[in-house]
Amino acid sequence: MSNSGSLCAEMAAALVSGKLKCVDLTNTLSPDFPVIVLPAEFGQCAPFRVETVSRYDDNGPAWYWNNISMNEHTGTHFDAPAHWVTGRDLPSNTVDAVPVSDFVAPAVVVDISAEAAADADFVLTRAFLEDWETRNGKIPPRHWVALRTDWYKRVGTPDYLNLKKDGAHSPGPDAGAMEFLVHERDCIGLAVETVGTDAGQGSHFNPPMPAHSILHGNGRYGLQCLTNLDKLPTFGAMIVAAPLKIQGGSASPLRVFALYDAE
Amino acid sequence: MSNPLSPPKRKDPLTPSRLGHVPPRLRSRAAKAMAVRAGQGRFVLQVCEGCSEATYPPRDRCPHCWGELRWADQPQTAVLLAETVVRATTDNFFREHLPWRIGTVQLDAGPTAVAHLHGDVAIGDQVRMRLVLDRGGNPALFALPLKETPHMQDDPQLRVFTSAPKHRRILVTDGRTRLGQDVAQALLAAGAGTVFLGNSDPLLRHDGEEWIASTPNIDMVPLDLTDSRSVSELAGTLGGRVDIIVNTAGYVRPGGVSSGSRLATLQTAMDINAFGLLRLAQSFGPALGARSDDGVNSAAAFVDINSIYAMTGNAGFAGFAASAAARLSLVAGLRGEMASVGIRVASVLCGPIDDAWHQAVPPPKVATSRVAQAVVQVLQDGLEQVCVGDVAEDLAARWQQDPFLTIREENL
Repeated sequence: MSNSGSLCAEMAAALVSGKLKCVDLTNTLSPDFPVIVLPAEFGQCAPFRVETVSRYDDNGPAWYWNNISMNEHTGTHFDAPAHWVTGRDLPSNTVDAVPVSDFVAPAVVVDISAEAAADADFVLTRAFLEDWETRNGKIPPRHWVALRTDWYKRVGTPDYLNLKKDGAHSPGPDAGAMEFLVHERDCIGLAVETVGTDAGQGSHFNPPMPAHSILHGNGRYGLQCLTNLDKLPTFGAMIVAAPLKIQGGSASPLRVFALYDAE
Repeated sequence: MSNPLSPPKRKDPLTPSRLGHVPPRLRSRAAKAMAVRAGQGRFVLQVCEGCSEATYPPRDRCPHCWGELRWADQPQTAVLLAETVVRATTDNFFREHLPWRIGTVQLDAGPTAVAHLHGDVAIGDQVRMRLVLDRGGNPALFALPLKETPHMQDDPQLRVFTSAPKHRRILVTDGRTRLGQDVAQALLAAGAGTVFLGNSDPLLRHDGEEWIASTPNIDMVPLDLTDSRSVSELAGTLGGRVDIIVNTAGYVRPGGVSSGSRLATLQTAMDINAFGLLRLAQSFGPALGARSDDGVNSAAAFVDINSIYAMTGNAGFAGFAASAAARLSLVAGLRGEMASVGIRVASVLCGPIDDAWHQAVPPPKVATSRVAQAVVQVLQDGLEQVCVGDVAEDLAARWQQDPFLTIREENL
C-alpha cells in the first residue's frame, strides 16, 4: 500500500533522490580529541578511552569489540539543563528525560567566523544579533542557533582549546545575547564548534558562563564540539541530535547530523 | 684503565640479534635473600650467631658450628689472591662473552670467595667488592679497583651486571613534569645516547618546553599512559630502539577512604599509576626482553619511580597510596618475568615530592633532582630498589624492623 502523500514519504523520496542532503556535524570520538580543561583543583573531564576486549584473538577468536570510557561531556556532545546549577530543579532536565521531539529541530546558522578569526575572544552580543537579523531575517522560534566560527578547523592544533596562561580564548555569547535568544527568540539551544557553549573567557563574564547559565536555567540545550557548520545554509537545515539515554545524565556524546535542501 | 665505550654502530640487518640468555635461577631461600640485599646496593654476608664467623656462599646453617645465620653488612675491602680466564663454557650467556676473568678474593670480612673481576684489578691488589645481580637476578661478587680508574664504568665485564645509561636510548615517560625533565637531564649527563621524553598532551603547553627544545639528544614523543593505543603505537614506533624505560609518570591527589576522597580522582590515579605501568610493560616488555644481550646498547632495565607509601598506606593520601601499592605489586611481578629474559626491574621509592600536590605536607620533601640522581645510581649500579630522601629512608628502616607497626604509624 502506498502512502506517498505523507510527509515522511516525501522526505524519504527526497533523501533517496538526493534532494535532501545529509552532513555530519560530529567530530570523531578519539583518545586525543581535546576535552575541556578546568583548573587543576577541580575534577576533570575524562577523555575518550578504548580498551580492546578481543580482536579475532585468543580472547575472542571471531569477533572484535572494545570497552570504551569517557565523560558525558567528551567529544561532540549534547548538554541537558541539569548540567548547570541553574537548571537543576527543572522538570525533564536530564538526557533520559528530554522530550524526544527536541532531538530533531531546525537550525539557523549565525556566521561569526570572520569576527572569530580576527579576535579569538569575540563576544556575541544582542546588538550584533539584532544587526544580523536586519541583514538576514528574524531568527524563528524553536531553532538551534548554530554559531559558525570555523573553530572546528583548529581541531588537532593547540589553537582549538587555545589555552593561554590567562585561560582559554575562544568566541562565545554574553548574557545579553543569551537573554535575547532564549526569551525573545525562544531558541531550542545553542550549537557551537568550540569545546563549550560559553566563550573561553566566559568565567570572567558577568554573570559568569552566561550561555550555560541562561540556556540551562531555561530548559534549553547545548551542542558542543560540532564540525561543518560552514556547510549548512543560514536557514532551512534540520539538526538531528539524539543523546544516549543515560539515566540521570547531564549530557551525552552523540552523533549529530543535519539535513538540508540540496539546492 | 678501561677502554672507553664507543657509540654502537648500526646493526647489520643480515645478522640475527644475540638472544639474551640468562643463568639458571637459584632456588635456595638464602641465595634469594642475598639477591634482595644486592638489589638494595648493600654488601652483606651471613654471620653465625654462635661463632660469629662470616660465610660465603649463602647457606642455611653455619658451616663451622651449625649455628643460625643472619645477614649483616660487611666491609667491602678484599685482596685478589688468584685469577683465571674462562675460555670455554656450556653456559649460553657466558659463551657469548668469552674470555671471562674470574678470581679468588680474600674478603676482609673473613671468607675467601670466587668473584668476577674488573679489568683494572690484578693479583695482590686491594680491591673493593660489590654484591651484584647477574642478568637473571642471582647474586654474585664483583671485584672493583679500590680507587676510581679512567672509564671504570665502561669495563665490559662490569657492564654486564649494570644498566649503565652510557650510549643507551632511554624512554622517560612523563616529560611534562619537572621530575621527568630532571631525570632526562641526569641521564644525559650520565652519557645516555638519546632520551625519548613522553608527552601525554602535545597540544597543551607545559613548563620546560624551551629547555627541552634547546637540549640535544632529547626527542619529545607522544605518550599517554592512560591510553592503551598511545602506548602501543609508541612501542610500535620505538620498541626496538628503547634500551631503558624510566617511568616517571605519577598522579597524586590528597584524600581519605571514607571521607575527603573522590572516586573519579582515584580512578585517574589507578589509571596512571597502576594501569599505566601495566600498559608500558605489556607494550614495551617483549621488545626489551628480546634485546637484553644486543651489544653496547642492549636493552637493560625498567625503572619505576613510585611512592614509599606503597608499603604502608598513608593517612591523607589513602587512595594515592593504594594506587602506589598496586603499582609496586605489578613491579614485583614484572621483575620476575623480566629476570627470565635478562632485564633488570627497579623501583625508586620516594617520600612526598616537592611539588604542587604536596603543598600542605610539611618538610622534608624530596627534590626532583635528587630522585633523578637516584635513577642514575640504580642504573649504574644495577640495583633493584632504592629509597630516596629522609622520609622514604626513615619509613623503609621502620618497615624493615616492624612492618605492621609502621603501617599503623602511617595511618593512625
